[in-house]
Amino acid sequence: MQPDQSSGIIVASPWYKRFVPSVTLSRPILVLVILGVLALVSIVCFMTLGARGSWSFVLPFRGRKLLSLIVVAYAVAMSTILFQTVTNNRILTPSIMGFDALYILIKTGLVFFLGIGALTTLDTQAQFVVEVLVMVAFSGLLFRWLFLGQERSLHLLVLVGIVFGILFRSVSQLMQRMLDPNAFNVLQDSFFASFSTTDSSLLVISLVIIGAVSVVMVRLMHTYDVLSLGRAQAINLGVNYQRTVVTILVLVSVLVAVSTALVGPITFFGLLVASLAHGLVGSSRHKYILPAAALLAIICLVGGQTVLERVFEFDTALSIIIEFLGGIVFIFLILRRAAR
Amino acid sequence: MIIANGVTKTYGTECVVDNVTITLPAKGITSIIGPNGAGKSTFLSMVSRLLDMDKGTVTVDGLDVTKAPGDVLARRLSILRQDNHMTARLTVRDLVSFGRYPYSKGRLTIEDKTHIDDAIGYLNLVELEGRYLDELSGGQRQRAFVAMVLCQDTDYVLLDEPLNNLDMKHAMAMMKLLRRAANELGKTVVLVLHDINFASWYSDYIVAMRNGKVAHQGPAEAIIRPDILSDVYDMDIKVHEIGGQRVSLYYE
Amino acid sequence: MRLLLVAIVVTLALAIISLFVGVSDVSLGALLSSSPEDRPMQVLLISRIPRTLAIILSGASMAIAGLVMQMVVRNRFVEPSTAGTTESASLGFLTVTLLAPGWPLMAKMGVAALFAMAGTALFLRILRAVPLRDVLLVPLVGIMLGGIIGAVTAFLAYRYGLMASLLAWSMGDFSGILRGRYELLWIGLACAIAAYIAADRFTVAGMGKDFTTNLGLNYQRVMVLGLVIVSVVSAVVLVSVGSIPFLGLIVPNVVSLMVGDNMRRTVPWVAVMGAGFVLACDILGRVVRAPYEIPISVVVGVIGSMVFLYLLLRTRRHAA
Repeated sequence: MQPDQSSGIIVASPWYKRFVPSVTLSRPILVLVILGVLALVSIVCFMTLGARGSWSFVLPFRGRKLLSLIVVAYAVAMSTILFQTVTNNRILTPSIMGFDALYILIKTGLVFFLGIGALTTLDTQAQFVVEVLVMVAFSGLLFRWLFLGQERSLHLLVLVGIVFGILFRSVSQLMQRMLDPNAFNVLQDSFFASFSTTDSSLLVISLVIIGAVSVVMVRLMHTYDVLSLGRAQAINLGVNYQRTVVTILVLVSVLVAVSTALVGPITFFGLLVASLAHGLVGSSRHKYILPAAALLAIICLVGGQTVLERVFEFDTALSIIIEFLGGIVFIFLILRRAAR
Repeated sequence: MIIANGVTKTYGTECVVDNVTITLPAKGITSIIGPNGAGKSTFLSMVSRLLDMDKGTVTVDGLDVTKAPGDVLARRLSILRQDNHMTARLTVRDLVSFGRYPYSKGRLTIEDKTHIDDAIGYLNLVELEGRYLDELSGGQRQRAFVAMVLCQDTDYVLLDEPLNNLDMKHAMAMMKLLRRAANELGKTVVLVLHDINFASWYSDYIVAMRNGKVAHQGPAEAIIRPDILSDVYDMDIKVHEIGGQRVSLYYE
Repeated sequence: MRLLLVAIVVTLALAIISLFVGVSDVSLGALLSSSPEDRPMQVLLISRIPRTLAIILSGASMAIAGLVMQMVVRNRFVEPSTAGTTESASLGFLTVTLLAPGWPLMAKMGVAALFAMAGTALFLRILRAVPLRDVLLVPLVGIMLGGIIGAVTAFLAYRYGLMASLLAWSMGDFSGILRGRYELLWIGLACAIAAYIAADRFTVAGMGKDFTTNLGLNYQRVMVLGLVIVSVVSAVVLVSVGSIPFLGLIVPNVVSLMVGDNMRRTVPWVAVMGAGFVLACDILGRVVRAPYEIPISVVVGVIGSMVFLYLLLRTRRHAA
């Protein structure tokens, strides 16, 4: 959780209450409390429902899975909100811009150019670090080109992002087909979004990376609200715009790499969570939005997984359902924007 | 004092701002006027470091705007552009509080709060301060943004077409307020204006631009003259004196 | 006109090359030195000729379907895979496979076409809800709608354990084409000819409803005709070879850059270029990694998305 009390732009102190009716003040906090409780409930249900056999086996087993779900939820929520802040809109997300397809392309490219041996001989963690580094470099270039040049129409950016995503996916497929069929099978297995078989060997390194990213995120906390005012206002208020934006985009790349490595690509999850968070919290202050988005992501993933797995007994369908709902939210947002 | 030296901006083959060298006086209100496409807004954007210039330098009280640290400049000079598209959902008071960001980096002090209250009061936003920006009319939102810029408490306040979205009453009130800020608080206000009568009535100094160059500059009474205005706008403009103020008529 | 002849000759040359590329030796020498019952002649008759025909038919008809769609929707960036049409056809095919597995392929194709029509009509309905139409908004909504329909399809397939076969049939691939497995594509050709006959109507409809009415045409009827052509072609191609992304988008756009937008003139171009493009991609997919094959949807996906990006960013420079 963010140490939000200390680093928000306006500290919620008594003078504030003097001017603002108490209802508007307490709404974000109330929402956060409710979301926190719901997240906790989903976590408890996930850990306990339908457990057979000894607890000493069930708890560590499910605990690892739970931890990866939470890491993914956190990474997706943070990367989406920060990306939207930097690009100053509510429709673009890193995955819609083809970020996770890029990660898959890089992973495939490594195997393609270094041989399948790289997958097996190179230590998983070292391999992951290499992938993340390449990803950061690549996406840095892509996004400098897209966002720091002249202003472009939002629709163009989204469409270009989607088509880039398709291009990345097609090139990865092409490379996969160029590999020999055995290597192809090994690789393809790791690419289907699945929450029931997360790769827990990456968990430790993911936690370390997430921790490091969070430190930088907290240090930059005070700039987010200012950045959401738009480029001109941010510069006017003395933010070193270029440097801050590039730093945040690097953080976003790392977060996307972490979540894609753990569970594979899920295009609309971030959008779903971010839109819900904005709708529920009402205010755009990052000290509310960031934790709210993270909690919502945890509720969706952990709660959704619990319901599907224990109640309906399907396991990998969660990503499909998320894509379905997220796609509807996306069309709704696009149409509402256009109708205005 | 704002000193621009050889400032140039080119898009493709088109030179939008062409080698402009000018000194804008400190204190008082300076208006930049001129026909569409004269390069007024582009020039103002470069002065306020929102846009990189291709050639030339701009200094504000000796600080080079392209080299000075962002937060130092943000305490010296503020800029408000005409299109303030924003996705963030913030209250008026939230927005005005951002004016203190260059000073406190988000941690508001007692002094900051006084500034915020003053700015809100100055623009008659007390009743609206708890409202979200997306619930306000265009004019109210414009006032909120101006309040933020005033709250930034800079010696130089640059505004690009601040009267956009405002009806006659609010436009008049806005200009009066800027006049007051210049007189009482000793600010230097630089405006891009389309309405030459507002410029004539409220400015101390006027810069007229045309085709990316400064065509004329001088005290208001030296610029609001039929020959000069006709030259700048390439049309027939008559100037009448009514009650000691010059009014331009250009409707036929 | 002479250029068009050159294009036709090049496409024919590609078709002939396509006949002789593959694992099995089907060279002219092998054909002449063996009797008709022997392997080379059989491979040619059962596999190579059907495959080449299938490529030409689907390439030409998909490209024309894209052209018709662009006229009817009045947007350069739509085609069956950016309007939810392909995905709807896929959903229809899956549904009929689940509910009536015993139906003949023709009937299944009919159901897929009906779904495609419904999906495309839904797309057009959503578009009408947007008062201000941005050029880029249209394909954006279409791709997303396709994503949503695709999610429903994936969910059903997952639920009934058909995920593998869904992936297998929806990925465009000519390697499974044999005699007896491609003949539905002739329906696509019939649609393409219908589009050519009605070309003037589509050109007029492309200029807008008021313009069409002013010229005394029934706008609604032209729209429905376009919808039927596009849906049937998409369903036929999907059922026979799988989806070929962006084909209907890039070919008409490139042709439009070359010879303009009068449909009477562009239809032959689009048909020839569509066939030629798919032939070239298919040969490439067969040669690059022989003896394995790279599916056509992958090859066209790479080339198609690059051309699409170029078209998108080019328009921007124009607009600026």
